[in-house]
Amino acid sequence: MSSVAPTHSLNILADNTVSARLAKRKSRHIRERFIEVLLFLAASVSVAVTVGIVVILITESYQFFQHVPLWDFLTDTQWTPLFDDAHYGIMVLLSGTLVSSFVALSVAIPLGTIIAIYLSEFAPFSIREVAKPFLELLGGVPTIVYGYFALLYVTPALQYFIPGLPGFNLLSAGLVMGIMIIPYVSSVSEDAMRAVPMSMREGSYAMGATRFQTAIRVVTPAAFSGISAAYILGISRAVGETMILAVAAGMQPNLTWDPTEPAATITAYIVQVALGDLPHGSIGYQTIFAAGLTLMLLTLFFNILGHMLKRRFRQAY
Amino acid sequence: MADMTVAEIRALIVKHKRWDVIFATIGVLALMVGVLTFASLFAGMAIDGAHRLSLDFFTNFPSRHPEQAGILSAWVGTTLVMIVTAVTAVPLGVAGAVYLEEYAPKNWVTDIIEINVTNLAGVPSIVYGLLALGLFVYQFGFGQSILSAGLTLALLILPVVIVATREAIRSIPAVIREGAYALGATKWQTTADHILPYSIPGILTGVIIGMARAIGETAPIITIGALTFIAFLPPAPFSGDPPAGLFDWLFAPFTVMPIQMFNWTSRPEAAFHQNAAAAGLVLVVMTLSMNALAIYIRYRLRKKIKW
Repeated sequence: MSSVAPTHSLNILADNTVSARLAKRKSRHIRERFIEVLLFLAASVSVAVTVGIVVILITESYQFFQHVPLWDFLTDTQWTPLFDDAHYGIMVLLSGTLVSSFVALSVAIPLGTIIAIYLSEFAPFSIREVAKPFLELLGGVPTIVYGYFALLYVTPALQYFIPGLPGFNLLSAGLVMGIMIIPYVSSVSEDAMRAVPMSMREGSYAMGATRFQTAIRVVTPAAFSGISAAYILGISRAVGETMILAVAAGMQPNLTWDPTEPAATITAYIVQVALGDLPHGSIGYQTIFAAGLTLMLLTLFFNILGHMLKRRFRQAY
Repeated sequence: MADMTVAEIRALIVKHKRWDVIFATIGVLALMVGVLTFASLFAGMAIDGAHRLSLDFFTNFPSRHPEQAGILSAWVGTTLVMIVTAVTAVPLGVAGAVYLEEYAPKNWVTDIIEINVTNLAGVPSIVYGLLALGLFVYQFGFGQSILSAGLTLALLILPVVIVATREAIRSIPAVIREGAYALGATKWQTTADHILPYSIPGILTGVIIGMARAIGETAPIITIGALTFIAFLPPAPFSGDPPAGLFDWLFAPFTVMPIQMFNWTSRPEAAFHQNAAAAGLVLVVMTLSMNALAIYIRYRLRKKIKW
C-alpha cells in the first residue's frame, strides 16, 4: 500500500490538474457570505431590542407629556392617574422604589460581601463547592415565590416584633428582596476577588499579616472595581424587582420614607395598571410608559455611577 | 516594636488571629441566613401546599371553589409559551454568539453589539414587558397571546443564551479551528461541524438556566395583559385545518404558572393561599431541577473535557 500512495500523488502533480472535488466553487462562497449575513442579523437583534425599548418608551412618554407638564410630573406629591382629579407625581412611586431598594440593599450588600470574602479567602474547598451552586439555586427561585414568602411568612413574623405593622409593607418585601439579591452580589464579588493575583496575598502574608488582614486590607481594595460592579448589579435588581413588591408591599401609592408603611413602587404600579383593562392610547395607558421610562433612567443613572466608581477605584496589578 | 518582649509579640499575634476565627464564623452565619431562608420558604410551602398536590390539582381548571381549583390551564400555558421562547431564543442567541466569536471583525459595529448584550442583561424584566406591549401586542397585532408572551421571554433570555454560548465557544482551543481550515474547510463548515458540536454542553447549560428564569418570570407577562383567570385550554397545537389552523394556538389567550400563583396569593381567603403554596411548590421544583441539571452538566463538562 505504502508504495502506491506516492505514485498516485505524483500523478496529480504530473498532470498539473486539480481534482474536481478540490476546485473552488463559486456557490460555496455565495453560501458562506449568505450565512455570515444571517449570523450578523441574529447578532443585531440585541441592538434592535435596545432601540425598540428606547423608541417605545420615548414615543409613548412623549404623548403622556403632551397632557402632563414635566414639572408637575416631577414635583406633584400625589399619584392618582386613574381618579377624576388626576395627579401625576412620580415622586410618590419613586419613594416606594427607593425605600424598598434601600432596605433590600442594606441586607444584600453586607451579607453578599461577607459571603464573597468568606468563600474567596476563608472557606475550605469542600464548603465552596457546595455553597456556590446553592447560592445559584437561591438566585433561581422565581420572584413570585419570594413574594408569597414575604406576604404570608415574613410579614406575620415581623408583626410579632413590630406591633401594628400593616399586612402590606415595604419592610418585609425589602428584606426578602435583599435575600434574593445576595447571590448576585456575592457571586460577582467573589469572581472579582479570585481574580486578584496570588502574589499579592503572598506578599501580604510575608509581611506577617493574618488572613483577615489580607482579606480586608489587600484583596478587597484590589478587587473593589469588580465589587462595585456587583453592587450596581444588586441595585439594578432591587430597583427593577416587581413581583415581591406587587404582592407584599401593596399597590397603594403613598409618598413615604418609612419602610413599615405600605406603598406602591414604579414596577408595582405598572403591574397594577396591566392587571386592569385600560384602553390602548388612553392617558392611563401612557402613564405606565412614563413610569417605565423613569425606571430606565434610574437604572441608567446607577449604572453610570457604577462605571465611574469602577474607573475611580481600578487598581492595576 | 523593638521594646516588645517575645511574649507580647505572641499575644499580639494571637489577638489578630482571633479575628480570623471571628470572621470565618460571621461568614458561615451569613451563608446560613441564605440557607435558612430557603429552607423555611420551602418547608413552609410544603406544609401549606403539599396536601393540595394530587392528580386533580394538575387536571383541574382554576375555580371559584379553592378545593376544586387546579393548574391545568397554567401548566399547559407555561409549556406552550416555553416552546415559543425556546424556538426563538436558542437559534437567535446561538447564531448571534457564533457571529460575535467567529465572524465579527474588530470594529465599532461589533463593539456596539457587545456593549449592548451586556447592558440588556441589566434591563429590568418589566421593561421588556412594556416593549412587548407596545410592539408585539399593538404594533404587530399579535394581541395578548401565547406568541407575544413567548417572544417577550425570548428577548429577555437572549443575553443569557448569547453569553453562555460565547463562553462555550471561547473555551475551544484554536488548534481545532486550524485543523479544520488546514483540511480546506470553509468558515461555516468549521463552525457547523466542529465549533458548535463541541460547545453543545456549554450552550445547553445556558439555555436551561435561561429557560428556568423564563418559567418564573411574571412581571413582563402580566404587563402584556395576560389574563389571570383562564378556565379553558388553547386549541391543541397542529390540530386545526392546515395550513392556517395549525398555528391557532399561538394566538390564543393563556395564563402561566407564576400568574396563577400570583392570582391565588392576592386573594384574601386562606384556602386560596394553600393553592398558591402548592403552585409555588411545583414552580420551585421545576426551576430548581432545571438549575440543578445545568449545574450538573457544567460540572461534568469541567471534569470530562481534555483537549
